[in-house]
Amino acid sequence: MALSRDQIAQRVAQELQDGYYVNLGIGIPTLVANFIPKDIEVMLQSENGLLGMGAFPTDEEVDADLINAGKQTVTMAKGASIFDSAESFAMIRGGHVDLTVLGAFEVDVNGNIASYMIPGKLIKGMGGAMDLVAGADNIIVTMTHASKHGQSKLLTNCTLPLTGRGCIKKVLTDLAFIEIKSGKFHLLERAPGVSVEEIIKLTQGELVIEGEVPEMKFSKA
Amino acid sequence: MSGFDKVVHSYEEAMSGLTDNMTIIAGGFGLCGIPENLISEIKRKGTKGLTLVSNNCGVDDFGLGLLLPDRQISKIIASYVGENAEFEQQMMSGELSVELTPQGTLAEKMRAGGAGIPAFYTATGVGTPVAEGKDERQFNGRDYILEESITGDFSIVKAWKADRYGNLVFRKTARNFNPMAATAGKITVVEVEEIVEPGQLDPDEIHTPGIYVNRLIQSSFEKRIEQRTTRPLGE
Repeated sequence: MALSRDQIAQRVAQELQDGYYVNLGIGIPTLVANFIPKDIEVMLQSENGLLGMGAFPTDEEVDADLINAGKQTVTMAKGASIFDSAESFAMIRGGHVDLTVLGAFEVDVNGNIASYMIPGKLIKGMGGAMDLVAGADNIIVTMTHASKHGQSKLLTNCTLPLTGRGCIKKVLTDLAFIEIKSGKFHLLERAPGVSVEEIIKLTQGELVIEGEVPEMKFSKA
Repeated sequence: MSGFDKVVHSYEEAMSGLTDNMTIIAGGFGLCGIPENLISEIKRKGTKGLTLVSNNCGVDDFGLGLLLPDRQISKIIASYVGENAEFEQQMMSGELSVELTPQGTLAEKMRAGGAGIPAFYTATGVGTPVAEGKDERQFNGRDYILEESITGDFSIVKAWKADRYGNLVFRKTARNFNPMAATAGKITVVEVEEIVEPGQLDPDEIHTPGIYVNRLIQSSFEKRIEQRTTRPLGE
């Protein structure tokens, strides 16, 4: 079975470590915040100028001056700090963020990522994504493995305009956890009940399989 | 009277001198911390051919989106412009030229512009459409592109509090691009919720020193929320 959006987020959350500063992109990455293990502390960075993002506010707590990068109303966690956009991107571009999780349309075997534009269709802009992929060392891309029509999003070469060149090393899809190195995809884990053959079929770029590929493990919530 | 007193008493006065084809740098992120009344004044004035530098372009009926129906903006430099149907239509028809700029690069372009730095190298955008036509150079084995800084004829800024000398304090994430915008305009106009007397702000709490500010006006704000997201009580 392909992973649900929540399960993708849950698997990403297993990569979090105590004391990590983390930037979560819009969409599935945002859900990771719901699965932070209880025994560790993580500080969420929102690139509009907040380190230490808290839960959504109650109706009474709603404050128009306090939003996240998705423009949603939020609260501040204990120990939060506020800063301007240049400072925020100094953190990101200076490599101070421990983990970045973001979505994508396509990823290829050379670690290229396309996530911000479909020419003629969707031209909304890159927001902070280009800064995030260029500035972070530890990035996890979350996406569906293939389109609804079965077209692979893990490619030999990205076809859409790039967000970043050679910067992606880890991809978590609804089918597989994949590492990118030496110009190839490497299958690390597969979603429970998903066969290696299925993953091969839906991966267009060269995929290396070494030995028995373990299934992802999920603890009961 | 003090030569440092920046307070003006009408929006007409606040934006006087703005003429067609000027460049305006605006603070704000989405609809948060935008200089909403200064934008309304630009709409009222009907100034045209403007180049706007702002992270976003508002929504159809609020923020910088208000300047679209009368085609006052000819070019916008922004990182994300997705929330606006009129915008998309003018962009597709070629009436509005759009220079998509990574958010961190945009912030740094304003910061550098205000600090007298004409350009800087960054890894952001290397190998992407953003790098096209830009100088590329390696430092310590890594590729970087040269990005030019931005200054404006006007900057329009929203702060929370100010003293009469133009020392500014921002509130929560309404700070965003405002401090950088404040430094990068030839004429920086700031609107605030409250103006106090000099000496009433603790010098340690001032985010933007008054040296960057030319005009200051007090007003009230709608502060529209783009995505109201809440949790139930007790969770």
